[in-house]
Amino acid sequence: MSEALTLHFDVNGEDFTSAGQASVRFKKNMRELGVDPEIIRRASIAMYEGEINMVIHAHGGVADVNVTEDAIEIILKDHGPGIPDIAKAMQEGYSTAPDNIRSLGFGAGMGLPNMKRYTDEMKIESTVGVGTTVTMKIKLK
Amino acid sequence: MKIKEVKEYLGAELLCGSEAELEKDVYSACGSDMMSDVLAYVKDQSVLLTGLVNPQVIRTAEMMDMICLVFVRSKKPTPEMVALAHEHGLVVLATDKRMYEACGILYSNGLTSKGVKKR
Repeated sequence: MSEALTLHFDVNGEDFTSAGQASVRFKKNMRELGVDPEIIRRASIAMYEGEINMVIHAHGGVADVNVTEDAIEIILKDHGPGIPDIAKAMQEGYSTAPDNIRSLGFGAGMGLPNMKRYTDEMKIESTVGVGTTVTMKIKLK
Repeated sequence: MKIKEVKEYLGAELLCGSEAELEKDVYSACGSDMMSDVLAYVKDQSVLLTGLVNPQVIRTAEMMDMICLVFVRSKKPTPEMVALAHEHGLVVLATDKRMYEACGILYSNGLTSKGVKKR
């Protein structure tokens, strides 16, 4: 791969049932590129969790992916309420998701910890009332 | 264990999947209604047993590279979910057994949570 590949996805925040479509398309793109299946799985799960988070908490957002020879970078950006206490949000089991989301199988407080677990680098920038940007990097080498 | 054996052991109905797909081998399984937990703790699992019915179940299985979904407690996926599963090449089964019993039957017949795919 000589040039960087960039992908852009709009994440619709109106409909929980369609959440995850961007991650499914991303996964398909990575398969077509011939990326190692284990790396694809880690990257896709991290992006899927992030996408679900954007739908649950922030009425959607955008996902940008840059694939270079060395790494996959996934940037998730929303204009939601922001995260007041990032350290607390990173704790396994801590969740502010409403009960109706839990009945749909999410909101167990595992999203952000899972994203960190499956990526090599993760950075969260968040301002209350402005929005959140999560940047994740998965090394290819 | 082959998927067709999973189907037989659970007395399950086949909702999506071909004869050829039923011949595929599965090495490990997990049972949960919380997709976040499935995404956190599962590694190289091939079967997901769940009582949760929404499209995220299909997408979670797809994200995890799973190949077989079993709906327990007589839960039935919607036609849209079955179409989505078909698109991703997932076999979908439905059983009237409860989660505990369904997992127990498969476990005692050798499908544990720690099976390793032969490479």
